[in-house]
Amino acid sequence: MLSEGGSFMKGMVMGGLFCLLLSLLGSFRPGTEPKTEDHNHHHVKAPSKDELTKLSDSRVQELSNQVRVSCIIMVQPKFLVYWATALDTWSKHCDKAVFYTSESSKALEAIDLNEKDDWARLRKALRHAFENAGDLQWFFVAQPTTFAIIENLKYLVLAKDPSEPFYLGNVKKSGELEYVAYDSGIVLSYEALKRLVHVFQDEDKCPERGRALWKLSEDKQLAVCLKFTGVFAENGEDAHGKGLFNSKGVNSLISESMKDNPNNVVEGCCSDMAVTFSG
Amino acid sequence: MGHYGAGDGVTMKGSSSRWAFSLGFLVGACSIYFFLRQVWFERSYPVLSEAQERTTAVSERPTSWRKEGAALVNRLHPHHADEDSRVADVLYQKVRILCWVMTGPYNLKSRARHVRATWSRHCNVVVFMSSEEDPDFPTVGLGTKEGRDQLYWKTIRAFHYVYEHHASEADWFLKADDDTYVVVDNLRWILSNHTPEEPIYFGKRFKPYTKQGYMSGGAGYVLSKEALKRFVEGFRTKVCSHTTHVEDLALGQCLEKMGVLAGDSRDTLLRETFHPFVPEHHLTGKFSKSFWYWSYCYYPIGPQCCSDLAVSFHYVEAELMYTLEYYTYHLRAYGYRPRYRPSVRLGLSHGPLSQTAGRAGPKGVQEVTDGRSRTTSAFLVSVNQTKAETEPEKREKDNLISRATENKTAVTLGRHL
Repeated sequence: MLSEGGSFMKGMVMGGLFCLLLSLLGSFRPGTEPKTEDHNHHHVKAPSKDELTKLSDSRVQELSNQVRVSCIIMVQPKFLVYWATALDTWSKHCDKAVFYTSESSKALEAIDLNEKDDWARLRKALRHAFENAGDLQWFFVAQPTTFAIIENLKYLVLAKDPSEPFYLGNVKKSGELEYVAYDSGIVLSYEALKRLVHVFQDEDKCPERGRALWKLSEDKQLAVCLKFTGVFAENGEDAHGKGLFNSKGVNSLISESMKDNPNNVVEGCCSDMAVTFSG
Repeated sequence: MGHYGAGDGVTMKGSSSRWAFSLGFLVGACSIYFFLRQVWFERSYPVLSEAQERTTAVSERPTSWRKEGAALVNRLHPHHADEDSRVADVLYQKVRILCWVMTGPYNLKSRARHVRATWSRHCNVVVFMSSEEDPDFPTVGLGTKEGRDQLYWKTIRAFHYVYEHHASEADWFLKADDDTYVVVDNLRWILSNHTPEEPIYFGKRFKPYTKQGYMSGGAGYVLSKEALKRFVEGFRTKVCSHTTHVEDLALGQCLEKMGVLAGDSRDTLLRETFHPFVPEHHLTGKFSKSFWYWSYCYYPIGPQCCSDLAVSFHYVEAELMYTLEYYTYHLRAYGYRPRYRPSVRLGLSHGPLSQTAGRAGPKGVQEVTDGRSRTTSAFLVSVNQTKAETEPEKREKDNLISRATENKTAVTLGRHL
């Protein structure tokens, strides 16, 4: 009896060590983080001043009028303060702003999706936004703690065609998956959303309740589904290559910059045409 | 762990050991795998933006200071390479401001250094006043001790120093603390409607203890050259003396005795420009009715906070200094033309640009009533002009800009609210 127990223990230890060894060896595989691979992911840049001067004034005006953003703000009663703040501030700059909540709140109005599961809720919200899009061609998904400057978002997509699939934001990488971080806002063009809503119906590729043992976060799920439709995450940047979507607040970013570039704090920090801050 | 019957045969024992081992192996491997997966494999890494990939070290800005003794003289008026700052530049030449910053040897690294790196670069001359001299920073040694009870002594000596050494280099003399943030360009807008020969000073006006009020020390205050002259004269003729260490009140009382007017620094919508607290506090704080602030404010009725062309905030720590610099001079919302655009033919414009003391006429900026305008359509301009500005006119106008001009707005995020 004891010997079985002992064997079992030995087995466990061996198994653990074996696995550890394999993964360590695996991570030293050449080409896991090669520089060349990094250039395969996309950067979507805002128009530079030169690009704009090439276009006529009336053309710029035309484009400005065409770009219209529908904001999808996912809230919950437990974030009531943020909800109210978003309502009072930045969401007013959206052409259309709709708040989707997990459960209704007496204090504020929103579309009650009555859905506790985060991913399922996001799906419902996106589908609803798509069906009620009207002539809005761009969609911006935010969380309660996101602060967005919609004018700068419009500038980023000013010369982009919404009938092309765009999936923009602050891109992160997890394993092999590149996805747009949720808290710093997700931008979807009409085409991207259309494809997404279509693939929602495919339970294999894009299951409603997630299939892994542990749940993937919704932003990763979104990336997986979009990938099946051929839409890939792209990092939103300004003309100088500085990221426009920030998962941190201005204070944190400035703090970091004070440590990293103490002689050039403000220039080394954030873009002049930042689109979002979060946290 | 399996408990096998003690009565199993020898062979059973051998194979069951192996089973136990295999089972253990499987369990161990799997649990470690899942664990690693959570901790290691599935970790998210930010994808580097192009700017980060290039890893170009953010190049150090060339210093534009010229050290003159203990003063820093600004050679370049800071602005973005592709920003049109012509009006700000003109004002920089015409409304010269000397900023002196009240600091101390223990605050150089934690506070004064950040003032030097941010807003003080927009002054024509800046002098850091400390109890001890420091030739490297540089600071002036006032020969006092440190502490709250030394504040008025420091102030008296600082103004005397500035008068003796730098009177000809500036038209206006600003006092600020090392935790005050000042938008100097907005200050020039307010001062552009006055002349340095007027005996007047501006700041956050407080009511008590004086007839005409006095200016809060922390929010910063600025004296005209004539006001500074009279302040120094007051001490020479013993009309003024070190009455109390409450620096702002004492200065206010001295200036009142010397016939210096306490100016109204509010903007055309009667919003305050000098602020004794941080922006967040003024914007979102709910001061209780019994808070001392209400009984001190000279203009308690009205919008109070906060002008679009705000001049100062107090209790600003290092991080907030840079944050405010970012909001004031860098972060912009695309598509807004600056609200405050210099009018086309200012000197020649007529009539009802009435000059009431303090504000008015040319400074009568047309507040855009349609605040929600988002497109790049031309905005309305100033009081009497109806046509919008065009590029070539701007060039000619530079010659016509006299004291009273409208300044380019320092747009802050607040404007969206």
